[in-house]
Amino acid sequence: MTAQKVVGDQALPDSGVALPRRPRAVRRLARGVPSLVIVAALLAGWQIYAVTGNLGTDVLPSPAKVASEGWAHRAELWDNTLPTLRATFAGFALSLVVGFALSVLIDASAVARRALLPLLVVTQTLPLIAIAPLVVLWFGFALLPKVLIVALVTFFPITVGLVEGYAATDRDSEVLLRTMGAGRWRIFRTLRVPTALPFFFAGLRIAITYAVVAAIFAEYAGATSGLGIYMQNAKNSFRTDLVLATVAVSSALTLVLFGLTYVVERLVTPWVHLARRQGRAS
Amino acid sequence: MSTDGAAPAAKVEIRSLSRSFDGLDVIRDLSLEVREHEFVSILGPSGSGKSTTFSVLTGALAPSAGEVLVDGRPLGRRRDQFAYMPQKDALLPWRRIIDNLTLGLEVMGVRRPEARRRVRPLLETFGLAGFERAYPFQLSGGMRQRAALLRTVVQDRGVLLLDEPFGALDALTRAQMQQWIEEVRGRHQWTVLLITHDVREAIFLSDRIYVFSPRPASVLACVDVPLPRPRTIETLTDPAFTRIEAELLGTLLQRG
Repeated sequence: MTAQKVVGDQALPDSGVALPRRPRAVRRLARGVPSLVIVAALLAGWQIYAVTGNLGTDVLPSPAKVASEGWAHRAELWDNTLPTLRATFAGFALSLVVGFALSVLIDASAVARRALLPLLVVTQTLPLIAIAPLVVLWFGFALLPKVLIVALVTFFPITVGLVEGYAATDRDSEVLLRTMGAGRWRIFRTLRVPTALPFFFAGLRIAITYAVVAAIFAEYAGATSGLGIYMQNAKNSFRTDLVLATVAVSSALTLVLFGLTYVVERLVTPWVHLARRQGRAS
Repeated sequence: MSTDGAAPAAKVEIRSLSRSFDGLDVIRDLSLEVREHEFVSILGPSGSGKSTTFSVLTGALAPSAGEVLVDGRPLGRRRDQFAYMPQKDALLPWRRIIDNLTLGLEVMGVRRPEARRRVRPLLETFGLAGFERAYPFQLSGGMRQRAALLRTVVQDRGVLLLDEPFGALDALTRAQMQQWIEEVRGRHQWTVLLITHDVREAIFLSDRIYVFSPRPASVLACVDVPLPRPRTIETLTDPAFTRIEAELLGTLLQRG
């Protein structure tokens, strides 16, 4: 590869020495190599142990078997992924609405803050393993209990992110807006909400890693279809390979959703990304 | 319109203003005035209550005693007489420059297209033409400060309150900004009240300078600056400039 002066759309800092650099897409892929190597090594070790050991496929199927059986049952897996996704999205949507509403209340009133915050922390101490069956008992086997459980598990980081974000608002800007004649609501939406957005996305990323698992857990506690139920049925018929294939699907879902938060973040807060890139370039 | 008396009434008049916090006097018996189209500076040591004075003018703080008159009428609860520019530029990082410039107008209820229409003719003068779509972090310190000033000016209120607007700039940029302000102010006939602790900046820009005492703030001296306008680099070496500088420094240091 020959040395080049300009990479992508950015000039290199003028150091006098032109560094040879690969295009950004290649660099980004290159960054993923270490984690891929680790995963490959773990899978290889597992494969060897599963094939050479005397465990039997119902105890420890090899990754190759998990993959091939998963593929063979892809239609069933897909049919059960859809209800789980539906519960995840609906629950997460509810979580966003409730999380935002709570953050507004907490920000608006010190009394609400003192009244609500301890309560919200308590909701996060509830053992899900006891709560989930009760929620199913109260709200039935349909979508609602799953939505509630996903929301219960995921709203907290969203609310905390927003509340902390509002608090990071620049005092000088607030004073300035007031001299312009801005009232509370105007300051909230023009200043406090945009300030809170990066904090919100940090909370959102934490929340989304729990969302799929929470939906599966809720299905485990009682459902007619979904990855949770499929997993349970596979376990009951000693199909460990299919249990693990379902686990792989659920992981993949979470990874995709996690990646999506970055896409959305870049669309909603383009200045953060641009500033970061400029910071790296200079 | 109907101001009684023949003498031109002051645009802003602060009469025997006092303000205390928890029994601690920050401003005591302070009086000053700014006439229409005048550039007036407040010069004083840090922590001397200069910014508190501005807070009273913008309506953020109520006076403990005394009053503020604007166009001869008590300021009262009116908050639309002064356009304020803070020390830091306070440009919102998520708004493009054009949207930062229209912020004051939007808050006042002007629709965005109309607000932009009012900002556009000023872009050239403020050296921001072509940067409307940029984000604040993409601009140099001087440009950010000019953007902050444009945001202030376009609110079209009677008086500009500038709180150490060049404090954070490097010396060279600062000198450039001062010359630029001198030039633009003359053309637009702004009425300005400036806070600074830079003696030379105050002389270069002002028609009159009020020297504040350390806390509690009151007026130590009121110095007229009869240097001809427009002022240029040569002004800085004018004997009158040097004489005023010596006088101001004398007043400030005596009390320090």
